[in-house]
Amino acid sequence: MAFLELKNVSKGFGGQRVLADINLSIEEGEFVAIVGYSGQGKSTLINLVAGLIQADRGEVTLEGKAVTGPGPDRGLVFQNYSLLPWLTVQENIALAVDEVFADWPTEKRLAHIDKYIAMVKLSHAKDRLPKQLSGGMRQRVAVARTLAINPRILLLDEPLGALDALTRANLQDEIANIWQSERKTVVLITNSVDEALLLADRIIPLTIGPGATLGQPVAVHLDRPRDRKALNHDPEFKRLRALVTNQLLDFNANRKVSLSKKLTRPDILPEDLDAPRVNRPPRRPGEEKRETILA
Amino acid sequence: MKTFKIDWLVLPLIGVACVLVAWSVSSATWAKELPSPLKTWEASKPYIVEPFAKRGEMDQGILRFTWYSLTLVAQGYAISLLIGTPIGFFLGLSKTFTKIFDPIIQILRPVSPLAWLPLGLVLFMSAGKEAGTYGALFTIAICSMWPTVLNTAVGVRAVPQDYLNVGKVLKLSRWKTLTKILVPATLPYMFTGFRLSLGIAWLVIVAAEMLTGRPGVGGFLWQEYNSLIYEHIILSIITIGVIGFILDRLMSLVEARFKAIS
Ligand SMILES: Nc1ncnc2c1ncn2[C@@H]1O[C@H](COP(=O)(O)OP(=O)(O)O)[C@@H](O)[C@H]1O
Ligand SMILES: [Mg+2]
Repeated sequence: MAFLELKNVSKGFGGQRVLADINLSIEEGEFVAIVGYSGQGKSTLINLVAGLIQADRGEVTLEGKAVTGPGPDRGLVFQNYSLLPWLTVQENIALAVDEVFADWPTEKRLAHIDKYIAMVKLSHAKDRLPKQLSGGMRQRVAVARTLAINPRILLLDEPLGALDALTRANLQDEIANIWQSERKTVVLITNSVDEALLLADRIIPLTIGPGATLGQPVAVHLDRPRDRKALNHDPEFKRLRALVTNQLLDFNANRKVSLSKKLTRPDILPEDLDAPRVNRPPRRPGEEKRETILA
Repeated sequence: MKTFKIDWLVLPLIGVACVLVAWSVSSATWAKELPSPLKTWEASKPYIVEPFAKRGEMDQGILRFTWYSLTLVAQGYAISLLIGTPIGFFLGLSKTFTKIFDPIIQILRPVSPLAWLPLGLVLFMSAGKEAGTYGALFTIAICSMWPTVLNTAVGVRAVPQDYLNVGKVLKLSRWKTLTKILVPATLPYMFTGFRLSLGIAWLVIVAAEMLTGRPGVGGFLWQEYNSLIYEHIILSIITIGVIGFILDRLMSLVEARFKAIS
């Protein structure tokens, strides 16, 4: 029995199919990345695991127990941080810690909170409100808040999606480091193939909806810690990237046949930091697809 | 610096001057009973230079009258917030509650204070001497409640789902969800409601005092109308306006503080 298991899970919203026949099993300690185009149901999938929404059909089990609602055993880092704006960094994390570890003495809780603020390198900013933080700092608070409740599984919903490339690279390294030390089971939702390759043990592409499902998983046997600079020249890395990227491209090509009009532009970004940035907006939509996916 | 002074001092003074001219011309031409600005000032002077004097029940300094009115408003306003805020929360949280009570609220909302006051007096008839006070409080509370009710309800409905999801993932109790998430997230809306409610409460007090003859700015205004001292009507109007303006500014400051946080 796998640690986290989704069996024939389908979900729609008001007659509109979003996910269909999702089958997924994840082992304890595994880092799995799910990549896909935006608007195809990635957040829906992670919310099903988090228990914030319920599947129409099929079942989600964590350690053999059916997921029927949200709970702190599944730590969800939201796509848009979701810090409470009226609470400081410390208070945001305290809200979570005080609830989950209500039986701890106060000093122990305070020390615990401080430890996680330090882990994401925000000790100097612990009394600031979220609006006084940069996007990257906010996301680190969100990560610390989730790690601090010591969940059984970490669910990251495009945690770095809204950040600039450099901040994003920094945080990817931080997530990699934290994972190295905590060895938690992680499900990472991302729209960046490179990010997935840098962090995950296994990458699963999500096809295109309506009725999106999971594509062929790609196992990533790259040595850790992974060095983004070295990886760029690693033939295995290039092979894996092509494997994932081609799947994603095929999903899109297939859709073009069946659905010639309604196209959503992909938001897969090249993450090669060494490549010169060619900035020439406005690009034509047709051109955009090729350029943005093939790094 | 110079243009700054023009903006907030000179230009508003031009507005005041325009009104004074129109007032003087009117009192000199078509409205002979209207006291001129100068006469108004002279007749009002004792009430302004000795604002807290008490010469008799209905002959007191203007700020003393204002104080009576403000204390009554404060009580009625407090009642309206205590009742209105929870109603707003229920409306915002429960669709069923909204379906049951929204039609009634929409019908009661436009009713004038002048219509509520007699009902208030009837309701508290058994209170004897205090019937006027209770009737006035009832009227202030019921008339000024609606902006608080409606804004709170809108605010609760506008709480981002993400904040609620944070609470759900942590399995916060209902009480904690309310105090830690719903109330703070709704505060900016609540304070918009509180500010509008205060404006209405201040409007209502004048009407309530006029009808019940209680000492206060409104009662004073009505009494002086009946005693043909028209200068004091204008003094009262100006006082009511200035106090209302100050209250609104103060509430705006509080409101802005809460808006800035979220
Ligand atoms: N609560 C909801 N109600 C209705 N439709 C929804 C809801 N959540 C998501 N959807 C729809 O489901 C689809 C997938 O959304 P989402 O899972 O957020 O995509 P992604 O995270 O991949 O960008 C979208 O078409 C979206 O409009
Ligand atoms: Mg999403």
